[in-house]
Amino acid sequence: MASYSTGTGEGSSQELLHVLAVDDSLVDRKVITGLLRKSKYRVTAVDSGKRALELLDSEPNVNMIITDYSMPEMTGYELLKKVKESSELRQIPVVIMSSENVPTRINRCLEEGAEDFLLKPVQLSDVSRLCNRVLR
Amino acid sequence: MLMICYSLYLIHNLVLLRYHLLDCYYIEKSNRMDYVNTRRQAASMRKCLFDQGYLDEQFYQLEDLQDDASPNFVEEVVTLFFRDSLRLMANIDQSLDKCAKDFNKLDVYMQQLKGSCTSIGASKMKTECTVFRDYCRDENIEGCMRSFQKLKREHSVLRQKLESYFQLLRQAGPIECATRPSK
Repeated sequence: MASYSTGTGEGSSQELLHVLAVDDSLVDRKVITGLLRKSKYRVTAVDSGKRALELLDSEPNVNMIITDYSMPEMTGYELLKKVKESSELRQIPVVIMSSENVPTRINRCLEEGAEDFLLKPVQLSDVSRLCNRVLR
Repeated sequence: MLMICYSLYLIHNLVLLRYHLLDCYYIEKSNRMDYVNTRRQAASMRKCLFDQGYLDEQFYQLEDLQDDASPNFVEEVVTLFFRDSLRLMANIDQSLDKCAKDFNKLDVYMQQLKGSCTSIGASKMKTECTVFRDYCRDENIEGCMRSFQKLKREHSVLRQKLESYFQLLRQAGPIECATRPSK
């Protein structure tokens, strides 16, 4: 199973903002890629926090990270922490997604510096609203 | 004499042309009707999937993401779902077969499956995933087994229905095919 996949929106000649999507679910990676592509963003989707950090190390131009919370080995919260602890990466906005509405979880992520916390299933309107605010 | 022959030749060709144009007209009309009927069947099947509770509004979201750049997006997502859900269900089967039941592990697998069901709008399956997780929390193995059997049946039914639906859509083809006469 490929762990990296990219999607591009229309107008590839113009510079598209680059979003890194992180989710261990194959189905959810496909859906979030579709949502971001439809919103005219360039998307790279990976299946773990570890691969996300590897990509961030090699690819300097990531404008936003959107990550699932519940992932094996490294949760979205742990990825968020690593990004915010890094001098090179801390400016990149991080958004957390979760299928479970747990207030303590949400607060913890927001306190750690997450831009937003989205409940799954993520809607097109969530992505549009978020990207307009975070990537303006 | 030559003029008469030539005129007869022209008339003959005009008659042939007329029949040829009529043939084209009826073939095109027949193709269009086939397209319309197949599309109508697909629309009816789709409506049933929603009316009978197999799918919820999340499926509309997937359809909204389908466009010229991704013309088969919905079918691709659904195909991925059935492939991935089979893997998760095999893991759950293995876990249930073990003598020592690991309810935490079972719950993790079912949480993943429920997440995928939610993402494609598989409503009945999603509901059954919740029932299973409740039994897990109560460490009720008989309940888990019953619920899992029901989940497998829902999975099979949904798969059949969606495969038939996408097959109809493929038969109908894109709208341009309705106006192109067959050769």
